[in-house]
Amino acid sequence: MIGFDEVLVRYGGLERRELIRWVEERWVLPERRAETWVFHEVDVARVELILEIRRDFAVDDEAMPLVLSLLDQVYSLRRQMRRLCDAVAAQPEDIQAAIRQALPKSTP
Amino acid sequence: MATQTPYEVLGVKPDASPDEIRKAYRKLAKQLHPDINPGKPEAEARFKQVSAAHDLLSDADKRARYDRGEIDESGAERPRYSYRPHAEGAQGWKYQPNGEMNPEDLEDILSMFGGGMGGPMGGGRAGRGRGQGFAMPGGDRLYALTVDFVEAAAGAKKRLSLSPDTWLDVTIPPGIDEGQVLRLKGKGGEGVGGAPPGDALIEIHVAPHPYFRRDGDNILLDLPVTVAEAVLGARVTVPTVTGPVAMTIPKGSDSGTQLRLRGKGIQRRGGAVGDQMVMLRVVIGDSGDPELASFLETWAEKHKTDPRRGMAS
Repeated sequence: MIGFDEVLVRYGGLERRELIRWVEERWVLPERRAETWVFHEVDVARVELILEIRRDFAVDDEAMPLVLSLLDQVYSLRRQMRRLCDAVAAQPEDIQAAIRQALPKSTP
Repeated sequence: MATQTPYEVLGVKPDASPDEIRKAYRKLAKQLHPDINPGKPEAEARFKQVSAAHDLLSDADKRARYDRGEIDESGAERPRYSYRPHAEGAQGWKYQPNGEMNPEDLEDILSMFGGGMGGPMGGGRAGRGRGQGFAMPGGDRLYALTVDFVEAAAGAKKRLSLSPDTWLDVTIPPGIDEGQVLRLKGKGGEGVGGAPPGDALIEIHVAPHPYFRRDGDNILLDLPVTVAEAVLGARVTVPTVTGPVAMTIPKGSDSGTQLRLRGKGIQRRGGAVGDQMVMLRVVIGDSGDPELASFLETWAEKHKTDPRRGMAS
C-alpha cells in the first residue's frame, strides 16, 4: 500500500497529471483516505498494466477505456467461472457425471 | 518528504533530451561539487544524489528500464507487478464491471450470460438485480488553487473557475499551508445511474509574500529600523496578516533582536494561535548622513570598544 507520490517515483516515466487523470477517469481506483489517495497492490499492478498496454501495444488514451473494460469483463468472467467450477467440483460424483452428460458437445 | 525521482533530482522533465539532462547535471555538479563546498555535508549528499540520478538517466538503457518500472531510482531490480493474480485476487473485486456479487447467489453468475439458461435453473428471476441497472459513483476531480500569503494565514473565500460559466466557491480556512488539499463533497464528477457524485479535491498553493514568511504557526518578519530608533527606542507601526499594529522597540536594540507579537501569527481553527516574530534590521540609509558621520567620529574616539573581541580569528 503506497501513496500517490510513491507511485510516481516507482514509474519515472509517468507524469503526475497523467496519473491524476487516470484516477479521474476511473481507470485506477485507489482508496480515498483523508486528503489523499492510497494505492493498494492491485492498484499499483493496474498502473503498471496500463503503462504496459500503452507501451507494448501502442494503445492510446481513446482506446484505453475499451481495452480496460474488456479486460475487466474477462477477469470478471474468469472469477465467476472459477466459482462455478469450484461448486461443481464440490458435488458428489453422480451429480458431476450428470453435469458432464448435460454439457452440449461443441460442434466443430 | 517522499523520495525524489531522478528527473526531479536533476530538475528536468521526464521527457528531457539526453542533452538537457547532461546540461542540468553539469550545472548542479558545478554548484555542489565537494571541492568547492568543503565541510558542507548537505552539499555532498546532494552531489551524490545528483551523480546517481545522472548515472541512471545518461544511460539510455537504464533510463528506459527505469521508465518502465523495471529498476528503481537506485538502479536496483524491482519485482514486476503482474496484474492477473491481483485481478483475480481478493482486491480484484472493485474492478469488476458489475461490482461485488453475492457469493451465495447462483443467479448472479447465470445472469451474466443473459439469463439464457433453459431448464429448472433458468427463467424466473433472470433480469432482476444488479446486472440490469448500471450504476457507478462519480470520480474525484483534482484542482489547484493559488492563494496569497495573507489569504492563507487569515482565511478567505475564493472562486475557482472551472470554465467560463462554471465555478466552485471555496472557503479557505485560516492557517492553510502549502500543498494542503481541501475536499468539497459531491463537487466532483457526476455519478451514473443514480450513484453519488465524486468530490472535488483542491490542492492549495500559497504564493510567497514580499516580506512575511511562515514558520509553522509563527509568521516571521524582518523589520527595518533606523539607527535612532534602535538606540533611543521607538513606537512603530508593524504590518501583520490581520492589519497594522503598534509595537515598542526597546531602547538600545541590536540589529537582529527578535521581538514577539503574541497571537499575531497563524490562527488555526479551534486550535493554537501562533505569534509574529519581528526581527529588527538596523538600516543606515542614504549611505551615511554627514552629520551623523562627523558625530560618530568624535564619539568613536571616546568610546573604544571591539564587539568582535573573543572571536577566534
